[in-house]
Amino acid sequence: MYRMRLPPWLLLLLPAFVILLAVVAIPLVLSFYSSFTAFQLTRPETITKWIGTFNYQKAMGDANFWAAFGRTVLLLTVALNLEMLLGLGLALMVAKVTRGQRLLRTMMMFPMMFSPILVGFQFKFIFNDNVGLLNNALQSLGLTDVAIPWLVDGSLAFFAIVFAEVWTSTSVFAILILAGLFAIPQDPVEAARVDGCTPWQTFRYVTLPFLMPFIYIAMAIRSLDVARAYDIVQVMTAGGPARRTELLWTLIGRTGYVDARMGYANAMGYIAILLSIVFTVYFFRKLTTARTSLGMGD
Amino acid sequence: MDQGQSHRIRRRLLALGHFIGLLLAMSLICLPGLWVVLNSFRPTVEIMAKPPVWIPSELNLDNYRAMFGGIGEGGVPVLTYFWNSLVISLTSTVIALLVGMAGGYAFARYRIPGKSAVFVGLMVTRAVPGVALSLPLFILYGRLGIIDTHFGMILVYVALNVPFTIWLIDGFFRQVPKELAEAAEIDGCTRWQAFWKVEFPVARAGIASAGIFAFLTSWNEYALASQLTRSLNSKTMPVGLMDFTSQFTLNWGGMCALAVLMIIPALVLTFLVQKHLIAGLTFGGVKG
Repeated sequence: MYRMRLPPWLLLLLPAFVILLAVVAIPLVLSFYSSFTAFQLTRPETITKWIGTFNYQKAMGDANFWAAFGRTVLLLTVALNLEMLLGLGLALMVAKVTRGQRLLRTMMMFPMMFSPILVGFQFKFIFNDNVGLLNNALQSLGLTDVAIPWLVDGSLAFFAIVFAEVWTSTSVFAILILAGLFAIPQDPVEAARVDGCTPWQTFRYVTLPFLMPFIYIAMAIRSLDVARAYDIVQVMTAGGPARRTELLWTLIGRTGYVDARMGYANAMGYIAILLSIVFTVYFFRKLTTARTSLGMGD
Repeated sequence: MDQGQSHRIRRRLLALGHFIGLLLAMSLICLPGLWVVLNSFRPTVEIMAKPPVWIPSELNLDNYRAMFGGIGEGGVPVLTYFWNSLVISLTSTVIALLVGMAGGYAFARYRIPGKSAVFVGLMVTRAVPGVALSLPLFILYGRLGIIDTHFGMILVYVALNVPFTIWLIDGFFRQVPKELAEAAEIDGCTRWQAFWKVEFPVARAGIASAGIFAFLTSWNEYALASQLTRSLNSKTMPVGLMDFTSQFTLNWGGMCALAVLMIIPALVLTFLVQKHLIAGLTFGGVKG
């Protein structure tokens, strides 16, 4: 009889490997190669024009690039932490509800169903300085007379983007943390109460350590998904005005498609990918540590 | 006595605070979305009115009528977009689930050398931002001639979803005791039969939750679709939203109507599987 040479696990994972190789790995190799050329989308023959590490050197010395880089890291840090805290609060509140919890859970997931690009348009209109919902409400309530330039002023626009980001993604944290709250064994919690812990102490030293793996999973998922911010930012401000909300991805997209400088865009793209990988691996490490300390490791 | 009373007041206050906090959070979560739904029933003039119109004078279906109407009258080929979205999302979800089931089963049941490295390697492919991926994919697809086809989009979305489906489904298969399948094999099942008759039904809920995530990702994706689709052949609804924008104006009412059309299928699906969703994430999470 014919015998399979491949071990069964490899055979089972093969479809996944093949697809990821075709759609992710090969394009990445291509973009890695083109990042060393002067490739321009409008002139296909330029892909053979080897210019070494010129694009990377250019990116390293480009103040716009570093501004976008710093802003991206800042956005990630601020948004992820806010989402974590708000998600934790939301999950704790929802978990305490006994009646109608299913409805609340579905409501909680509402923002997840919105396409990021739709979220962008939605908040573009809410934050519009002239006819936006927010300014209208503030003016109707008599809180302000002037039209606050939410999307025009640099730091206000950054706030608006963070708000949109947090609005869409807090539910991811809330759901995962809620799942964690349901999975917590009740014995240690009760033991802590019997031993005279205050509610805060019980939360801090018993509940929270149990929730940590879930928080890190949410962090890992979200740090994988950060590219969502591209859609939102692209629609809300397109990186403007005057680059004041430029993120790595809007910068790369514009350089590649609008300016047609693919080689340079790919070089910056590689640096952006490295940043994503660093974040992801960091949170996976944290996750493994948290699991091991709870005795749930492999 | 006195102490009991103050205790009771404190508990009442806490309950009240809990209620208000929850109310506030839920309104923050739901209002922006409900505002979109409301606007889809109002004429654009009223949405843009200054001073604002808070209480709509009339609600009508004009935006929907225009959207489904002819192309010349401000309508967009929304049914074609809907069909493209549906075909691409459903097909890619099914394929991603099948590939994810194979992969998840492998991770849950076999010894794999360098398991965690392979695992993180898979996840890292998901870390590549869509826009960074879309540049080289655009060139590659152009060479292969699969730009603007259903096939091309399905392929991309399968790749996008596979790492996550593997992760979730792996967690679920781990919940199924090995002994269950072994018992079935002793009773004369082949491994294949044991999988479909014993392990698959038990892990079905987790697979459903992985499915909803995959579906929502493909249904809502924009960065890749905007570059890899060109025409009615494959344009999906998120890209279709852009039809309502022109250089300086924006048909906000029409856009809201299309948005509602996008949200309804997602809402129905999420509501159906939300219970499994939470259970699925629990298993996938802790036991990963």
